[in-house]
Amino acid sequence: MLRFTLKRLAGLLVTLFAASFVIYSSIYLAPGSPESIIFGSRTPTPETRAAVRHYLGLDQPFLTRYLRWLGEVLQGNLGTSMVSQQKVTSLLAHPLAVTCALVAYAAVLIILAGVGLGLLSALRPGAVDALINLGVSVATAVPAFVASGVTVSVFAVSLGWFPSYGLAEGFGGWLSSLTLPAVSLAIIASGLLARVTRAGAREQLASDHVQTAVARGLSRTRMIRSHVLRNTAGPVISVTGLQIAGLLSGAVVVEQAFGLGGVGQVLLNSVQQKDFAVVQAVCLVLVAAFVLINLAADLLVARLDPRLRRAVGS
Amino acid sequence: MTTQATPDPLLQLRDLRLDLLGDDGGDRPILRGVDLTVQAGEAVGIVGESGSGKSMTLRCIARLTPPGARVSGDVLVGGRDVNRYRGGQLRRFRQTEVGYVFQDPRAAINPMHTVGDFLLEPARDRGEDLGAATAAAVETLTRMGITDPQRRMRQYPFELSGGLLQRVMIASVLLARPSLLLADEPTTALDVTTQAEVLALTDRLRRDSGIAMLFVTHDLDLAIAVCSRIVVLYAGQVLEVADSESLRRAPLHPYTRGLLASRPPLDQRLPRIPVIPGTPVSAADSGPGCPFAGRCPVALPVCASAFPDRTVHPGGQVACHRAGEIAAGSLDDALPVIPHQPSGPGAAEDPLQPGGSGIPVPAATDAGEQL
Amino acid sequence: MIAPVVDPATSEAAASPPRQPLRSLRLGVSGWLALAVVVAAALMALLAPLLAPADPDHGDLLSAFAGPSGAHWLGADATGRDIASRLVFGARTSLLGPAAIVVLSLLVGIPLALAAAWHGGTIAWLITRALDIVFSIPGLLLAILTIALFGPGLWPAVVSLAVAYLPYVARLTMTAAEHERHLPYVDALSVQGQSVVRITGLHLVRNLAPVIAGQATITFAYALIDLASLSFLGLAVQAPTADWGVMLSDRDAVLQGHPGQVIAAGALVVATVLSLFVLGSRLSGDVPRPRRRLRPARISGGAR
Repeated sequence: MLRFTLKRLAGLLVTLFAASFVIYSSIYLAPGSPESIIFGSRTPTPETRAAVRHYLGLDQPFLTRYLRWLGEVLQGNLGTSMVSQQKVTSLLAHPLAVTCALVAYAAVLIILAGVGLGLLSALRPGAVDALINLGVSVATAVPAFVASGVTVSVFAVSLGWFPSYGLAEGFGGWLSSLTLPAVSLAIIASGLLARVTRAGAREQLASDHVQTAVARGLSRTRMIRSHVLRNTAGPVISVTGLQIAGLLSGAVVVEQAFGLGGVGQVLLNSVQQKDFAVVQAVCLVLVAAFVLINLAADLLVARLDPRLRRAVGS
Repeated sequence: MTTQATPDPLLQLRDLRLDLLGDDGGDRPILRGVDLTVQAGEAVGIVGESGSGKSMTLRCIARLTPPGARVSGDVLVGGRDVNRYRGGQLRRFRQTEVGYVFQDPRAAINPMHTVGDFLLEPARDRGEDLGAATAAAVETLTRMGITDPQRRMRQYPFELSGGLLQRVMIASVLLARPSLLLADEPTTALDVTTQAEVLALTDRLRRDSGIAMLFVTHDLDLAIAVCSRIVVLYAGQVLEVADSESLRRAPLHPYTRGLLASRPPLDQRLPRIPVIPGTPVSAADSGPGCPFAGRCPVALPVCASAFPDRTVHPGGQVACHRAGEIAAGSLDDALPVIPHQPSGPGAAEDPLQPGGSGIPVPAATDAGEQL
Repeated sequence: MIAPVVDPATSEAAASPPRQPLRSLRLGVSGWLALAVVVAAALMALLAPLLAPADPDHGDLLSAFAGPSGAHWLGADATGRDIASRLVFGARTSLLGPAAIVVLSLLVGIPLALAAAWHGGTIAWLITRALDIVFSIPGLLLAILTIALFGPGLWPAVVSLAVAYLPYVARLTMTAAEHERHLPYVDALSVQGQSVVRITGLHLVRNLAPVIAGQATITFAYALIDLASLSFLGLAVQAPTADWGVMLSDRDAVLQGHPGQVIAAGALVVATVLSLFVLGSRLSGDVPRPRRRLRPARISGGAR
């Protein structure tokens, strides 16, 4: 297990290293030079321009700048905003909390709805299965930007149950402000997870070891829990991991629609202001989170599979 | 032959019929009126080719038929009709009265749990004392010839050989102390030497605990060696029932004779091994007559149109229009010759001896199965 | 070289067994329904000027937020533009963009995948590693990063999403090509002296057609979602232009209790995406969106 983990960690580092290089160097593909942002429409004297370039480190060779940037990032310093001159880390603290809360909320909904519906569908062939299957198929085709419009219209404007915009104070405030965004964000992923769970559970229900469990007269709850669910866990966790990892950047849509002030919105604002330092930092954070969540899911899957655990372990 | 007449058999199948849902949505007959009895503590073999319905017979008894199956006829275990059990009754019946051993232990045991978890699962499920259950599991594993049972309990199925795993499977069934063991080709997936060993151990433990066994196999010799009585099944119908010794010495149905003749002899060379000509038919494809008629060397016109009544004889029962002539030996020229098989005390090279008695129990070692 | 004992006509027919699966495809009721929806959406985009009852960009403040009527079948939006006409014209950008994404990623992805499957070794390793890196950046994020550099617009979004979908297209094609490459008939053609390029180009691609068609259809659906998301955020198609994603972003109308255009555009998006999913899975016999990480070892191990 340890060697497997280390191997995967090494692979992750290589991927992250490559991604960070792509993200950092991409800025130099953009037309115009980075320091122009600071001057806006004013035209600086060559001396001022040179001073600013020196201040931003732009007079150094590219590779030196990249390595310096990476070194800072590894020490937890994500740089400074070119627009507000604020530290990116402090700029991101609150938005990160919002996005994490939103994604966590959505993740809970996805797991509950996805696994629950998928399992119910597998256990109740016939009308229930057909109905859930139809609902699940439609769900996989409802993107967050469609869902947010409809949920706002129904639950915020017509019924007034939840706020339509902004983030209220306190835990209760967050809970109610994040409900519609989380639901909107969770629909597609719930549908996909329900589908995977249903397929897996059906496969297990038809398997020989479930026949053994039935032949031994085990209770239905135990049969479902320790044979059907336990054996379906692998693919379900993989898909859940991938979906949740994707939500982090997908959250930008609902953050914008509901004005939550999350990381995605910071990214959008920085894009509009051409604040490359912040864009780079946010992209790096989101890519790292995406890769890490996937890795965590993979490790969990390996941990749950005794064959993998023992074969790669010790 | 006394068992047939005993009033209260442990298992009684009366006119058992089974139809499965065919690919076309219609019913596909699998069993067409199977009658069978098993006395308490007795070992009965069901022999037939694949598709004869032998496994489905077992599944009907444990109520493990696939979805869409239609069962009719009586399945009586301990005098009660299994098909009437509902919910909790059915679960209790499966927990206490029948134990099912599947063909492939690798598929039948959940690979995600340890051997110990597998063995203790019923006790855990019913909230029984785990200490006592563990002790019983260790003891049964030991008696199934498994060395170092404590270590095995901590291992996962993939860490055990197929033979060892099937012993675990059988141990799990014996642990529940059922009155009837349903064994569906329990050794087919194992190699030949392990086969004999596993069967011998199973048989000894089964006898010690007074557990009856219904043993399904395609291997007639194996059935003769392990069971006291044999049921020959063909296309969902019983062609012959006899005690093992009678069946081996004087089979009355041409099909049984063909099966016995197609075994390679152990002590002589034949220019070629005789086979039963033709291919087996399924219950769905056979008409109103004897399903074997198309392949039978002594078939009469009547064989294709009417299924023969069963005739009772000292060794058992047979369903054949020409059983009388075969018994009298007047058709021997047309029927295949059964090669001489050494039997009796001199047959030391055959560890499995007829009659189901005196099977030597090999010292169980699992050398080569260590990881 | 041993000449095959078949006449040219049968040889030609035998050389293209692949056409069979596509022609004898069984769509089923839901599949035909899905096809009908997709064809209708495509026709809507193609024939927009003929179908639209009004000019999609002509505003009439007097009929702002007008309800459905003879003049405006689905009502009018905040500036009095005809919603039905905007939906019809919106189909153009909403479908053209994803179509471009799919075509681009197929044009680049399939040759890459075939090259990796055919050569194996270092080439396959390099290709899969590169795709791995692309895979580690979520599509929407890659698009936003690109737009940060080149400014908002349909084309930066299309190109970056095409790149983001490369791993999905390439991975599936690679797996299928790997399998196909080891089938006896490829060796047989090879022995007959047919060039590698010809075999890959003609036979492999033709035989992979159903899988690729299915994957392309499903990719189309995801591209539609992603591109409309970007338009919704104001990063791809820009505001006055009629586009489903743009129409969905009219929050103010929803907050003022006029969800008409949001619901109508949403319904079109959901119906189109759902139909594409159904059609895609029918075309390829349930090919799920490949999700696992690309493993170079598996690829290079198989070829050679």
